Amino acid sequence: MGEDFVLELPKLDYAALAPMLILFGAACLGVLIEAFVPRAARNAVQLVLGLLALIGALVAVVLRAPHVTDANAQTAARALSIDQAGLFLQGSILVLAIVSLLLFGERTLENGGPFVAQAAITVGSELDRNQAAKQPGATEVYPLALFAVGGMMLFVTANDLLVMFVALEVFSLPLYLLCALARRKRLLSQEAALKYFLLGAYASAFFLFGLALVYGYAGAVDFRSIHASINNSPNDIILLIAGLAMLSIGLLFKAAAAPFHVWTPDVYQGAPTPITAFMAACTKVAAFGALARVLYVGFDGLGWEFTPVLGVIAVLTMLIGAILAVTQTDLKRLLAYSSIANAGYLLVGVLGGGKEGLSSMLFYLVAYGFLVIAAFAMLTLVRDADGEATHLARWAGLGKRSPLFAGVFTFLLLAFAGIPLTSGFVAKFAVFGAGIAGNQTWLVLFGVLSSIILAFPYLRVVVMMWLSEPGETTPSVSIPGALTSTALMIGVLVTLVLGVWPTPLIDLTTNVSNFIR
Amino acid sequence: MQPTLMLAEGAPAPVVYASATGLLSYMWLLIAIPAVSALILLTTGRWADKWGHWLGCASVLVSFVLGAGMFFELRDLPNRAVQQNLYSFIPVGSLKVDFGFLFDPLTACFVLLITGVGFLIHLYATGYMAHDPGRRRFFGYFNLFIAAMLLLVLGNNYVMLYFGWEGVGLASYLLISFWYGRPSAATAGKKAFIMNRIGDAGLVLGIFLMFAQLGSVNYDVVFSNAGLLPSTTVLVLGLLLLLGATGKSGQFPLQAWLPDAMEGPTPVSALIHAATMVTAGVYLIARSNPIFSANLTLQTVVVSVGALTLLLGCIIGSAKDDIKRVLAWSTVSQIGYMFLGVGLGGGAYALAIIHLLAHGFFKANMFLGAGSVMHGMNDQVDIRRFGGLWKYMRITWLTFMMGWLAIIGIPPLSGFFTKEPIIVAAFARPGWTGWLYGLAALIGAGLTAFYMTRLFILTFHGPKRWTTAKEGSVDQHPHESPLVMTIPLIFLALGSIFAGWLMASPVAQWLTPVVGPPTEEHPKMGHLTITVLSLVLTVAGAGVAYWLFNKGTALAPQPAGPVVTAARNNLYTDAFNEAVFEKPGKWLTRALVFVDNKGVDGVVNGLAALVGGGSGRLRRLQTGFVRSYALSMLLGGVLVLGAFVAVQLGWMG
Repeated sequence: MGEDFVLELPKLDYAALAPMLILFGAACLGVLIEAFVPRAARNAVQLVLGLLALIGALVAVVLRAPHVTDANAQTAARALSIDQAGLFLQGSILVLAIVSLLLFGERTLENGGPFVAQAAITVGSELDRNQAAKQPGATEVYPLALFAVGGMMLFVTANDLLVMFVALEVFSLPLYLLCALARRKRLLSQEAALKYFLLGAYASAFFLFGLALVYGYAGAVDFRSIHASINNSPNDIILLIAGLAMLSIGLLFKAAAAPFHVWTPDVYQGAPTPITAFMAACTKVAAFGALARVLYVGFDGLGWEFTPVLGVIAVLTMLIGAILAVTQTDLKRLLAYSSIANAGYLLVGVLGGGKEGLSSMLFYLVAYGFLVIAAFAMLTLVRDADGEATHLARWAGLGKRSPLFAGVFTFLLLAFAGIPLTSGFVAKFAVFGAGIAGNQTWLVLFGVLSSIILAFPYLRVVVMMWLSEPGETTPSVSIPGALTSTALMIGVLVTLVLGVWPTPLIDLTTNVSNFIR
Repeated sequence: MQPTLMLAEGAPAPVVYASATGLLSYMWLLIAIPAVSALILLTTGRWADKWGHWLGCASVLVSFVLGAGMFFELRDLPNRAVQQNLYSFIPVGSLKVDFGFLFDPLTACFVLLITGVGFLIHLYATGYMAHDPGRRRFFGYFNLFIAAMLLLVLGNNYVMLYFGWEGVGLASYLLISFWYGRPSAATAGKKAFIMNRIGDAGLVLGIFLMFAQLGSVNYDVVFSNAGLLPSTTVLVLGLLLLLGATGKSGQFPLQAWLPDAMEGPTPVSALIHAATMVTAGVYLIARSNPIFSANLTLQTVVVSVGALTLLLGCIIGSAKDDIKRVLAWSTVSQIGYMFLGVGLGGGAYALAIIHLLAHGFFKANMFLGAGSVMHGMNDQVDIRRFGGLWKYMRITWLTFMMGWLAIIGIPPLSGFFTKEPIIVAAFARPGWTGWLYGLAALIGAGLTAFYMTRLFILTFHGPKRWTTAKEGSVDQHPHESPLVMTIPLIFLALGSIFAGWLMASPVAQWLTPVVGPPTEEHPKMGHLTITVLSLVLTVAGAGVAYWLFNKGTALAPQPAGPVVTAARNNLYTDAFNEAVFEKPGKWLTRALVFVDNKGVDGVVNGLAALVGGGSGRLRRLQTGFVRSYALSMLLGGVLVLGAFVAVQLGWMG
């Protein structure tokens, strides 16, 4: 670099970029399929294409992993840092996306699947009633999801704030659209999407403003230069601090941390449930992956400055999530508040710092992702004439009607509550352990307290299901199709295995937890 | 192999556990058998209804036989503490937790108590629950409880203990709420859950503190190094563990849930809320004796909790009319004695454990006896409506009498051999506190005699005060329970008679490797004086009760003086909890809901919208407007930005 203004094309390492290229390519292909393949065959073709692309990308990530060294991790003129931790994050996003995509494709639960056929038709009109009854759901969801996954993978490996911002938009825009596509309760869905979009755009503005301030201080937007500039720049450090604060706000919004959590319950409730599962699992991974990279790679010299503030945010997030979960009467909203509280626990791991903090965060993300997908998959099964019956009171006595279903859901709730021998316990133990190791005992104190509060709403659902008589309005539990069953089985198995024998994954996360600057 | 724990002068010898061999290497089976049985019972359908309860009983019996085999094998080993690590459970950096078990004399006592008494209660429950449609499910939860309780006492580190701790809590919660049709049962379940969670928080924080200070949660490492910790750390650690113990064991200040837990079926009260789970707190403290012995202040706190709770339990128990509640408060009070014992430290650890074992027999005996009475009296629980039952249920009467004589400490029954030494040990505490705690224990003995005699006389003797069809209730036709219920009663009665005399000195010897050798006590008064005093008080308490209640009592509670009224209201401890914990908690929640849903709206829209929206807005599906969300984000953003800048400029320390 330097003073000569010769524009050089950066060298691209295609082996490292292959997973993202596969996804973006498949997404473009998906758009073409929408145009050329007959409607009847589209769902199957799109689903197979989506799964193949995700699996192909996963294979590329796995093949790449043994060959990554400190020297060859960065590519595209250091704009991307596809290092061990980055590959792990990409792999997690892909695996979780594969499981959620299975839920997208389910068409046996509801005629035409969980998505609306044409989102633009006015709700409640003659056309709308017609499409609700007859037409199969939109298949554009597959390419949209692939774009989102590709964006997330870019997001977690960005080594440069500008690339990170672009990736943020690439994965956010498809999500806004996806939220609006629910087949039932369409107004709720559209409202959710609009709220998510407006607030998301607002948060992006924070991020962008922060980026500008950081550039003002460091004169660069890549993490290596930012890191080197700390305390070595003639500019006022307040610029950098304010920039970091605003970057954090943008990222904490995606992570659903308080006080930037307000959108979460509405969006989780309004979005089609498969989309909610996808967001809850994959967006969390992406948001925390990026947040960790920003804090660990770009700004680790400022640990003394950001830890107390983010610590307060973590405490607020845990408490608000836990206490408000207690008052919820809708299961999707309950899980939304639980996801807020879980963002707080993840922050404890992140702020624990060091290798332990990072590895505990990675473990938590995977464990939580599978758990939350399985939980939302369960929600898709309890239905009545109006679609999913998510009001808590409706679930009373479900244990009598469908013991197997209630048994599995009980297991998942116990995992959420962090009861031992489930992945929830090990994950919480790991992040709190990292918090202790990083001398953040106060965070662990609040973590333990809030998780004790949070156990209450989960166990209340358990009691509702088992220890109440089913009423006349108790909805029925649909038999899941092969796709949902597979997703469920994977989620439940992983939750159990990670609870009983977490050693291999813990070893893996410990080995991969270093970012390359 | 060196002895595992020596009371040498300087630094204590490190705690060393041997590896398990032979039969002992199968100790995981102890847990696995009831766990698998629970799984079968809870997952199979109605076709298992016919034989499910027998499977439940058999699994506990097999565990008992296996445990007894291991007990005898352990006896012949040079190092009577063997452990077995199945695999490394959580290996994160410096944080290593093994999935491992430990079998030592303390564990052996608990394994035999849990499976032995547990089997008898399972057997009894086959009869007691015979007509309940949910019997198979009941035995599933019951087996689950046994497995979790065994996990609690068999773990070789605090995380394993916590696994069991959560497991028994869960099983207890499910079993209290078992008769969910009754709203009181649901409320009781909730109360138990909340109070236990508060205790659990203490335990978890204690475990994390241990990890932070010692880098390990394994018993051997923690105990070997506990003496090296700074005194304040030991105090905090001990207090956290004590909080956990008080939650599980129904001790002050977390005692309120235990009497309410009696809403569950009677065998549950006998097994979980009398004989085993509620003694987990005593186990925790006895197990952690190197920590508790390392700080005098800590011991004083434990002793005070014990003494206060034992008096509290006695006083409240004297004013209750529900047969199971009286027994429940009596349990609270007896566990108070055990806490007193473990708090005194030294030789008193063993005394507390011996009392715990004896209590397991006589309290289970009396609970099952109470169940038998209820069985014969159409589920009546009010002792004011019993009377003269001895003629109709002879076996229940005789076995209950053994339990009664045992708990009030009449020689030669078991209570005499186990409670007496604790009172003597309390008097032996140095300084004026010896008088304080000694007298508390002594007065407790007199009060125990009073309320237990009241219970016994009102139930089995005096005039009949049964309900009749005329007063709108049912006519009573009391009858003895079937054999399957009375046989466990007979066994437990035999235990109530002989257990104390048989166990007192051998068990103290047996526990020496874990808690240290029995010590010579030098109480404030002569040993004999104390014994005589306590016997005199006991006979006096029993005599007063006999004199007051032999002629029966009023059919309903009568107006009474302030002391009795206070005791009837649990000495206002519930009111205290409500005012100090419940109300603020509710207000906090309401305030948060308000801020999250309406507060910002209110700011934007003015008061009118707030009033107009009223409660209706709370019921709407989605409450928020994007503008108010955005505003709250902006406020949050400004705060975060301000905080970052403030920290940077050094405004915040």
